[in-house]
Amino acid sequence: MASWKSWAETATISAAALLATLALFGGFVALRGLRPLDVYAALFTGAFGSWFAIEETLTQSAPLMLTALCTALPARAGLLVIGGEGALVVGGLATVLAGVLLVDAPAPLAVIAMGAAGALAGGAWIGAAGALRHRRGVNETISTLLLNYIAIAVMNHLVTGPIRDYAQVLKPASWSIAEGFRIGDIPGTGIHWGLAVGVAAALLAYGLMRHTTFGFAVDILGGNVRAARMAGLPIGRMILTTCFMGGAAAGLAGTIEVAAVHGFASSSLAVGYGYTGILAAFLARQHPLAVAVVAILLGGISASGGLLQRRFGLPDAATLVLRGLLFVAVLAASTLYGRGRVFRRAA
Amino acid sequence: MVTDLGGWGVLIAVVGGAIRVSTPYLYVSLGETLTEKSGRVNLGLEGTLVMGAMSAYAVAYLTGSPWLGVLVAGCAGAGLGLLHAAVCNLPRVNDVAVGIALFLLGTGLAFSLGKPFIQPVAPRLPSVALGAWSAYPQIRAALEINALFVAGVVLAALMRWALAHTRWGLIVRTVGDNEDAARALGRSVDLVRTLSTAVGGFLAGLGGSFLSLYYPGTWNEALSSGQGLMAIALVIFARWNPVRCFWVSLLFGGATALGPALQSVGFTSNYYLYGAAPYVLTLVLLVWSSSPTRVLAGAPSELSISR
Repeated sequence: MASWKSWAETATISAAALLATLALFGGFVALRGLRPLDVYAALFTGAFGSWFAIEETLTQSAPLMLTALCTALPARAGLLVIGGEGALVVGGLATVLAGVLLVDAPAPLAVIAMGAAGALAGGAWIGAAGALRHRRGVNETISTLLLNYIAIAVMNHLVTGPIRDYAQVLKPASWSIAEGFRIGDIPGTGIHWGLAVGVAAALLAYGLMRHTTFGFAVDILGGNVRAARMAGLPIGRMILTTCFMGGAAAGLAGTIEVAAVHGFASSSLAVGYGYTGILAAFLARQHPLAVAVVAILLGGISASGGLLQRRFGLPDAATLVLRGLLFVAVLAASTLYGRGRVFRRAA
Repeated sequence: MVTDLGGWGVLIAVVGGAIRVSTPYLYVSLGETLTEKSGRVNLGLEGTLVMGAMSAYAVAYLTGSPWLGVLVAGCAGAGLGLLHAAVCNLPRVNDVAVGIALFLLGTGLAFSLGKPFIQPVAPRLPSVALGAWSAYPQIRAALEINALFVAGVVLAALMRWALAHTRWGLIVRTVGDNEDAARALGRSVDLVRTLSTAVGGFLAGLGGSFLSLYYPGTWNEALSSGQGLMAIALVIFARWNPVRCFWVSLLFGGATALGPALQSVGFTSNYYLYGAAPYVLTLVLLVWSSSPTRVLAGAPSELSISR
């Protein structure tokens, strides 16, 4: 996060990865007999081509900012957490339970309680993986990925039985939270307040990581475990805290999905925000502010999926291919850091 | 004929299910064992599994030959393995992250290329009826053994022997345990890892073909739900030993078969919770077999996840 030169290096390398991705994706759609340029144009139109598209893009980006923090915050301490999907799901479930329990509470209080419940549940979920890592040496990447599947199984169990609302006929869904507890749109837009929550969380994470002793200590831990141990830093507490905060962010994404979008918990919570969030974190090189920007870009890809489907008959998984290619390209491009002479700092 | 076996029915269904369901676990874990023995982690085998399932089904449907489908599935898996290896061969690239990327890419490719094949019915792999002696249809169903399962068992023993006693096994283990020693012997670390990852991908692709061509024997987007991932976790529990991979695969197969087996005798209420059993089991075994202080026995020391 130091000089403008390192910013320029990151921007150049990321742009190169993006261009390579678009070229590869162009090849993929060309194999299906489509003209790549048409598809690129539609991608842009669907993401940023109209006010409506921009609203959709920003709406999609809100949960992505939060799930990306679930990977980015522990990553600063040297952990690779990919449990955003599961934390979002348990956060959403906790939100519904809080909303239903507090049905008689005044609306602002209930909304805050729902957010706290979502954040706590998500934080505990990923915090548990952090604790297992520190106490038992369990690999956090595998455990958080397993926790994703467990969270989804628990949700499916709850919404098909114990908390099922049988009035919902389209697919099994939980009880709904009261209409007054729903988070509305930012005035004058079709974008819900979740975007503000996402941006605020990114700013908060940036401030914490960049401008506090804690953030500095976490960077030491992420850079060199042995140095952190020699310096007597409380490694366990730092791992737990970053995991908890990351999980809390993803849990809040669950709150937003419930309180601003669906009004209830169902399988619509597990639609891949967690996995796209991992990509966002890597694309942003685990930088909390860059996460917010990158999430908007990736939100655009999600938002244009529908247009690609309608106009070209591309399957909805085509955007998954685009994201997968982007992920591979970004990681391959990470080898380029430190190679460009232009970006090297004058000694 | 007696068809109601009560509790025994559940047990037989679980054993039969274990044999049937374990095959993909077995292939993926064998592939991952080989890759990890060479010092790299390929977390993308879940994507490889799905890609293998899709390509096997598509080829079997288009050509009418399920065995050709199996071969193509392996090749598709090897292709994804080569991609993983090629990106990881670049300096300063995190192999675990590349695995996650390929998990997403493989799934995305399989879903979008496989869309036209969700409806058609492809020919299935034949099976051998080892239970023909029994009067009970449950036992006969449980002992319908597929050739891929038998091949997997033989492969596990073969790989155990090859890793321990052959020149190739020694090279792979040296690369996985000490890069510098391997270089001093004049071995190309990148080449050995590339080949190990490609062969690992090939095996995971075969596992995928079993899913779509034998059991459950259909292609759709919900075909694999983390089996590839659990297989990677079970490699840790099996301590990088191919024969132990086989036993643990059976255990996982049984855990996966528990939900459907209980459902078939009327326990339908907590279906989704039983569905979580294999994941919980994986996590418990992982917690049990990990240690905060010592390196696990059998763990290749160049492995990023065992450090």
